Amino acid sequence: MRNLWIFISRYNAFFLFIIFFFVGIYLTVKNNAYQRSVTLNSSNEIVGTAYERLNVFKRYLNLGMVNDSLAAENAKLKSQLLGLTTVDTAKDVKVVDTVTNQQYTYLAAKVVKNSVTLRNNIMTINKGTDDGIKSGMAVIAPQRGVVGFIRDVSPHLATIQSLLHKDTKISVTLKKNHALGSLVWGDGNFDIKKAFVKEVPNHIKMYVGDTVVTSGYGSFPAGVLVGKISKANVATNDNFLSAELNLFTDFSTLQYVYVVKDKRADEQKALESMAKPNE
Amino acid sequence: MNSRIIIVNVIRWFLLLFVQIFLLKNMGFYDLSTPFIYVLFLLLLPFGIPNILLYVLAFATGLALDAFYDTMGVHATACVVLAFVRISFISISLNRDAIDDPEPSLSYMGFQWFSLYAFLCVAAHHLVLFFLETFRLTEIGYTLMRCGLSCIFTLLIIFLVEFIFYKRTPR
Repeated sequence: MRNLWIFISRYNAFFLFIIFFFVGIYLTVKNNAYQRSVTLNSSNEIVGTAYERLNVFKRYLNLGMVNDSLAAENAKLKSQLLGLTTVDTAKDVKVVDTVTNQQYTYLAAKVVKNSVTLRNNIMTINKGTDDGIKSGMAVIAPQRGVVGFIRDVSPHLATIQSLLHKDTKISVTLKKNHALGSLVWGDGNFDIKKAFVKEVPNHIKMYVGDTVVTSGYGSFPAGVLVGKISKANVATNDNFLSAELNLFTDFSTLQYVYVVKDKRADEQKALESMAKPNE
Repeated sequence: MNSRIIIVNVIRWFLLLFVQIFLLKNMGFYDLSTPFIYVLFLLLLPFGIPNILLYVLAFATGLALDAFYDTMGVHATACVVLAFVRISFISISLNRDAIDDPEPSLSYMGFQWFSLYAFLCVAAHHLVLFFLETFRLTEIGYTLMRCGLSCIFTLLIIFLVEFIFYKRTPR
């Protein structure tokens, strides 16, 4: 110990230099926006590459589950196709053109980065403006369940503000009686399988096991399954009820998502902006 | 004697920072060459100063400059590096027991020693300063050019000041 002190005091110039130098660097990086952004960007690049490598392995491990889900979806689509092809066109009925008049189209995208452990979780998918993705589009999970909204878009990538984010709010209804509510992850909730439906009017009766679906008022199409209520009629301090529900979406194993393109989104927005706010 | 040294240094600190902030901050050749004369204060601190005090003074001077340049920490780091170079150079080039001059200025130490001393310190300071300012290695040529030209400008002014306040001492 004595020798150590002698060593340190003998070369005190060097040790003091190290201390002051790193304090200076710390101040520089902490207080200057440009230097901080350079540091963050380069470290993000390294982290991003590492995640991409890790993702390859993870994808392989989850292959079985993804296969099952794809098979299930295939079966569903096939049954729908069967329903369409067996329409008797010989009869004189009016056929609604569902191909050119379809409001929603779905675009499959692969999740390249996902997070579930933070207060505000953001994921990244491998489709961007080149595939027609715009900020604000809805994102749903492969079989059932909602994921979130598109947040920022670059040519080949886009980030999703997932439901596990404090600013995400999705308009939902009870499937049974069409009572409106809004879906949030909830303050102080860190369970990725749970979320809350808030702002349900007081006179609505909710029961455990009720299914919650999207209302179709936002960018989500109507009727997307969200979850099942696990704790009904939680009283809040205001005039509304809230309920806790188990989400159908498993955010931790999410690998593919569907981005919902609403063909009439722009039209709707333009129309609605015509109304004056204080009419 | 001792209080005289302190007063001289305090006056020098205010004078140099005043000149740096109000005059030289607005000067520069095409953003290539900007003089940083305030390092002369750190160069001319007396020989007997303890290392810890030297570092604290260097850091504080740098922070004062940073406050005016809006570059929190950049000048402070550069000044700390300068202090380290100063300590190393003095301990290598001079015999610690044989130092009887009060401060490492041109009039006491002679042109040859002082020019090498000033060049090394200023070069280290400017290197750290400009690389922290750019904070990337992609424009290394441009940064080095800025650094070199600024070094020349700073050294020029330092020698100018030193020759103006040259005291002929019996050596």
